[in-house]
Amino acid sequence: MAGDGLTISREEEEEEEERSLAPLPSSGRHHRRKSSASAASRDGFPNPAHVRHLSRTETERLASSQRELADSNSRIVFIGDPGGSDPRFETPRNSIRTAKYSPITFLPRNLFEQFRRLSYIYFLAIVILNQLPQLAVFGRGASALPLAFVLLVTAVKDAYEDWRRHRSDRIENNRAASVLDPQSGRFLSKRWKEVRVGEVLKVLANESIPCDMVLLATSDPTGVAYIQTINLDGESNLKTRYAKQETMSRPPGEDHPVDSAGVIRCEQPNRNIYGFLGNMEVDGKRVSLGPANIILRGCELKNTAWVIGVAVYTGSETKVMLNSSGAPSKRSRLETRMNRETLLLSAILIALCSVVAICNGIWLGNHSDDLELAQFFRKRDYSDGDDKKYNYSGIGTQVFFAFLMSVIVFQIMIPISLYISMELVRLGQAYFMVRDANLYDESSNSRFQCRALNINEDLGQIKYVFSDKTGTLTENKMEFQCASIRGVDYSGGRVSSRDNGEAHYILAAGKQILKPKMSVKTDPELVRLLKNKGDTEQGKRAREFFLALACCNTIVPLVVDTSDPKQKLIDYQGESPDEQALAYAAASYGFVLIERTSGHIIIDVLGNRQRYDVLGLHEFDSDRKRMSVIVCGPDKTINLFVKGADNSMFGIIQNKVDLSMIDATKANLHAYSSLGLRTLVVGMRELSRKEFEEWQSAYENANTSLMGRGKLLRAVASNVERELHILGASGIEDKLQEGVPEAIESMRQAGIKVWVLTGDKQETAISIGFSCKLLTEAMTQIVINCNSEESCRNKLQDAVAMYRKFAVISPDPFENALTGTGSTKVSMALIIDGISLVYILKTKLEEELFKVATACDVVLCCRVAPLQKAGIVSLIKSRTDDMTLAIGDGANDVSMIQTADVGIGISGQEGRQAVMASDFAMGQFRFLVPLLLVHGHWNYQRMAYMILYNFYRNAVFVFILFWYVLYTAYTLTTAITEWSTVLYSIVYTALPTIVVGVLDKDLSRKTLMKYPQLYRSGQRDERYNLKLFTLTMMDAVWQSVATFYIPYLAYRQSTVDVSSLGDLWILAVVILVNIHLATDVFRWYWITHVAVWGCIGATLICVIIIDCIWTLPGYWAIFKIMGTGLFWLCLLGVIVAGMLPHFSVKALKEYLMPSDIQIAREMDKFRRINAATMEIQMNRFSMLQL
Amino acid sequence: MNVPTADPALEADAAVERKKKSKKPKYSRFTQQELPACKPLLTPTIVISTFALIGILFIPIGLASLSASENVVEIVYRYDTECIPQQSQDDKVAFIQSSATDKTCRTTLTVPKNMKAPVHIYYELYNFYQNHRRYVKNRNDKQLRSKEYELETTNCAPEATTVDGSPIVPCGLIAWSLFNDTYSFAIQNKAIEVNKKNIAWQSDKDEKFGSDVYPKNFQQGGLIGGAKLNESIPLSEQEDLIVWMRTAALPQFRKLYGRIETDLVANEQISVTIQNNYNTYSFEGEKKLVLSTTSWIGGKNDFLGVAYLTVGSLCLFLALAFIVLYLLKPRTLGDPSYLSWNRNPDRH
Repeated sequence: MAGDGLTISREEEEEEEERSLAPLPSSGRHHRRKSSASAASRDGFPNPAHVRHLSRTETERLASSQRELADSNSRIVFIGDPGGSDPRFETPRNSIRTAKYSPITFLPRNLFEQFRRLSYIYFLAIVILNQLPQLAVFGRGASALPLAFVLLVTAVKDAYEDWRRHRSDRIENNRAASVLDPQSGRFLSKRWKEVRVGEVLKVLANESIPCDMVLLATSDPTGVAYIQTINLDGESNLKTRYAKQETMSRPPGEDHPVDSAGVIRCEQPNRNIYGFLGNMEVDGKRVSLGPANIILRGCELKNTAWVIGVAVYTGSETKVMLNSSGAPSKRSRLETRMNRETLLLSAILIALCSVVAICNGIWLGNHSDDLELAQFFRKRDYSDGDDKKYNYSGIGTQVFFAFLMSVIVFQIMIPISLYISMELVRLGQAYFMVRDANLYDESSNSRFQCRALNINEDLGQIKYVFSDKTGTLTENKMEFQCASIRGVDYSGGRVSSRDNGEAHYILAAGKQILKPKMSVKTDPELVRLLKNKGDTEQGKRAREFFLALACCNTIVPLVVDTSDPKQKLIDYQGESPDEQALAYAAASYGFVLIERTSGHIIIDVLGNRQRYDVLGLHEFDSDRKRMSVIVCGPDKTINLFVKGADNSMFGIIQNKVDLSMIDATKANLHAYSSLGLRTLVVGMRELSRKEFEEWQSAYENANTSLMGRGKLLRAVASNVERELHILGASGIEDKLQEGVPEAIESMRQAGIKVWVLTGDKQETAISIGFSCKLLTEAMTQIVINCNSEESCRNKLQDAVAMYRKFAVISPDPFENALTGTGSTKVSMALIIDGISLVYILKTKLEEELFKVATACDVVLCCRVAPLQKAGIVSLIKSRTDDMTLAIGDGANDVSMIQTADVGIGISGQEGRQAVMASDFAMGQFRFLVPLLLVHGHWNYQRMAYMILYNFYRNAVFVFILFWYVLYTAYTLTTAITEWSTVLYSIVYTALPTIVVGVLDKDLSRKTLMKYPQLYRSGQRDERYNLKLFTLTMMDAVWQSVATFYIPYLAYRQSTVDVSSLGDLWILAVVILVNIHLATDVFRWYWITHVAVWGCIGATLICVIIIDCIWTLPGYWAIFKIMGTGLFWLCLLGVIVAGMLPHFSVKALKEYLMPSDIQIAREMDKFRRINAATMEIQMNRFSMLQL
Repeated sequence: MNVPTADPALEADAAVERKKKSKKPKYSRFTQQELPACKPLLTPTIVISTFALIGILFIPIGLASLSASENVVEIVYRYDTECIPQQSQDDKVAFIQSSATDKTCRTTLTVPKNMKAPVHIYYELYNFYQNHRRYVKNRNDKQLRSKEYELETTNCAPEATTVDGSPIVPCGLIAWSLFNDTYSFAIQNKAIEVNKKNIAWQSDKDEKFGSDVYPKNFQQGGLIGGAKLNESIPLSEQEDLIVWMRTAALPQFRKLYGRIETDLVANEQISVTIQNNYNTYSFEGEKKLVLSTTSWIGGKNDFLGVAYLTVGSLCLFLALAFIVLYLLKPRTLGDPSYLSWNRNPDRH
């Protein structure tokens, strides 16, 4: 969340672990278990109930938080004494402010934020220039209007958003909390915002936690509390927190009035939600506090009747508030390109201004003698007798002034309204994307989310998609499929398709019926074997296998009520979906984990409830790649159960075992993983009393040591995990998400390369690659898994040689690959693993890898660490101009999501970190297809057109002004009134482009989905490029010439006055640019009609209103000129002559050189889609047949 | 939720739950972007008929405006150089600035064709930048409109106040430079009456120029710009001033001087007496006297007619060109075989 790449890896060996390529830091991470160990000390064993597996980064951080707290830098909280904790009211109250502004600070702060945009500074500078009397081209009001308008619109938008934040803040701040009143010892209701540091609060089940609190007591006698952190990090599973025994015994409240002896020293507020460091002095004893003793604001209390805690961080200092950061800000490709063209326009602007200034100078020079007396110039001022010059200070200054004035007059060459239009259009596009029913995910009830509002159009230009596997391509819902016990494969459950009625293993406890929430299809033979009471060796092993599955985990079973009062469900809560799958599988075969308390678990073994004391638990770590538990069963035997990845497990098996059994198991494992299943090997060993005692003392020593605890514990674990009997192996299916193969096929057709970056091992990655049709049998696989730089280099060189060889066959595959049209004759797939990438990324070999990877159709990276994912994204990003998109769901995808041009988070099973870091979030991988192919295409097309049109529209206007300036002795007079000048881009022509930018569709959704190839137009920058820009500008020049010169020539030598001709020009240009837009609109909705024709009408009304103001020189001009036939003829002539080139070229181009989009439009129009679709489907079908 | 054998009761619960607060976007044709729409396409028929229609429309309009322009009879007489006596040709400015010289100038004009009344009399100035930035703003509309604002002389410098500080009404360069040549006409020594009423816009007389505002301190400075005004006539009646103050759009412009309310017969000789007072010599300007009838397209101007004919015939030509194109290179619209990936499938 804090964006520091923090990850939480999961239990199982296969998946998503951060491959720690450097040795792990030696310091331990078990400090928080110290207290629970003492809590459970009556059992004589430390309590391993709460287990979380942490990645390296977190381990490091926790290790660092083990440093002693410096007293000077710590916060001191007196329990139950807010006055003592915070005598000077230095800490904030518990009220929060997500709102950015207050009514007073709104104006300055909002303005400050807005003026961080460079273009606004430009417009402000122009407004200021215009205030100088020598340069006052426009009236004061008129000159400031456009900027004021743009600022106002943005400010209103910001104010509205801020008002909504204020409202939610108010609701949040006024929620009720129950706070201990020190006098009466009772809990009284208080509003959240009044809670202070040091106060003691009570939170009931399912309530939200109002501030960060240190737990003092819970309803559970062992001091356990369960919280749900879904609002904090999005993880829906329950987490356990503990109250210290020292405070548990005497919870503050009626019975125990608070004594001020309790003092907590803790670190200053920080944003690390997984870390907390402090200590507490109670009764003169000092106990240390860790992250397991604190509950954070934003969490909810679950499955615990009540907790009592003391507030340590409140309001803005709570960790959730410190972590709330906005969406990342990225700039779209189109906007970057647009800035390039803006620079070009600035160059044109400067050129125009220079022309005006120079001509002005020449004119003044040529007429320097004449101007003394010329009535219209009057260089000399005789008014008070002296001979001085009136408002004239030499040619040089005049030229300089003329230059500045022309900048003011021609300022709208840089379209100020474009920025605000783009924001509004993106807002509209986001509205439609969010509302799109096709992007709604039923299963997670989540809509599409637009978190970044400024890169909508990038979705239409994506060339590379980097996808995570688990949770993105796959569901991350694990299903137990196969078991191999003693080398015998039991896959019956997988094969039998019909629902096995006996699958539900129901436990009747009195009248209550308990059953697991999910059941797994069982293999009938295996069920029979288990029911035979373990008479055979095979049966015994099978029972031990499932017993191991049921107890070798960190699952917390929760009993959930259902609508039927007699029936209760057991819900397995755990952090790893694999463990859940295994626990449900064990339950289905009759080994139901019912209860987990500190120190023991209760398992219903085929109908008998049995208590197993959990004596020790060795957590998963990425060195060992396995976990183990030591349990003492009802028969007082002490067993070690281990489960782990095959390669780590086969290294620690008993030497004198049946080799054929091992080989059979290995064969089964190979079979499972080639089916795409995730495999785990389970083993066990019975510990003798002596062994156990040795282990126990080592374990306790390690557990209580202060330094290097983690390393010691790992050593203890490795020491005991040896000489195992292999019980068997399990195969868990990682189900593909719906529609993934189809989506990948669509993207392939659309010219998008899909790369899969996964933490999985190679075999699993390849099998998933096949099952989602990413890989096909026809592909040549280039596999790179080396562990030295030298071998990597050789492999890469071989690969280069290989594609060169293919290059001989097909003319130019490398070029083709680069342009996204890879040849079909040879398709190659690159499969590379994380270790090889260590030797390749950031070295000289990167270039080679880039060449090979881009020449391949498919790239699969397995066993990659989060930073390597980002490294691969930047491999492409830094070397090509192609747009990249990263999609993932887990914390390990965060860096990749942030690196890519567009980051998409899947709001799925894993936490919300990916969503928090993403630009867009959605529920399913397959939504990528409508998102890119439909919305992306539309957004890109609309935005590209809008930008070009805005440039064109303003350029036409500026050129008209420029032509007129040539006939005013280069003095920057405008025939068009200043009000019309400023209203031109913000009122007269603004609305239609926004409406078209939001609503216009070049192609229907159906067509775009049917022909993914149409997406390539965006990748090729077809809708916005320098050529189009140049053509548009040429068109703009022509149209301005037509608009200016037709009335000019018609009215030359006539009595027409400035204002009348100005009115003709403004009306002509507004109608012309709107007609221009109208010829380019693809779809006319009634809204489009209203906007386009309404805008012309509005312009006329505005011009009429302006001409009704008697103080302006143009009073009544519009009525006079509209009464003449010449006016109407000019208007018609301007529009027809202006549109002629655009229309002819458009008609010619669409007919002679139709783009794919044009043809698809025609198909759309003439309903040839259906016929064509049939054909395509036939083709596809025959392809499949082949 | 692909649970293989999920509990039905649970599913039902979940369904109820989902229904309660489903975030599923409500279907509407608007939000799904499926509003009914017209999808115009430039089909050959539309292209050809557009061009043909424009052609058919424009050519008659062009012809009509050409003939209207033809029917306008116009007499243009440039007099600025001719009205300077031979001896002053070298220093025209001195001649025009001198108050002693006789600036009367006589000439005869021949009426080329019959001119129906009203015949408009214009003066035409060339190279006079009434749209010059220094000039065009040099006025004060408040002062012109009402007596209350007599003291309002903003923007009027250097013709704002007299030396002693009292305001000039009307102030500013535009009023100061009021054109002051006068013309009188006679046919066979019989004077023709020139109607100088209603030469200005009624709206200007009603609203822009006040009936209680009388000229004051006008044209009293060291430099005389042009005409003097009768101080007993309110500005709203000073139609020459009002016409002058509707500043022209272009540096070559005509302004209405008056009307001759009688028909002029072809080949009649009109003797014109010009008082050549206005100084256009200091900036290489030109002065012309114009007598012209009007038509529905205004004065004599062939441009629009020619332009319409050109555009119209161009459009007809384009229509033909497109017909030829469509015949020579027929293409079925919306034929999928034209799609790039179908055209060269190996690059797919």
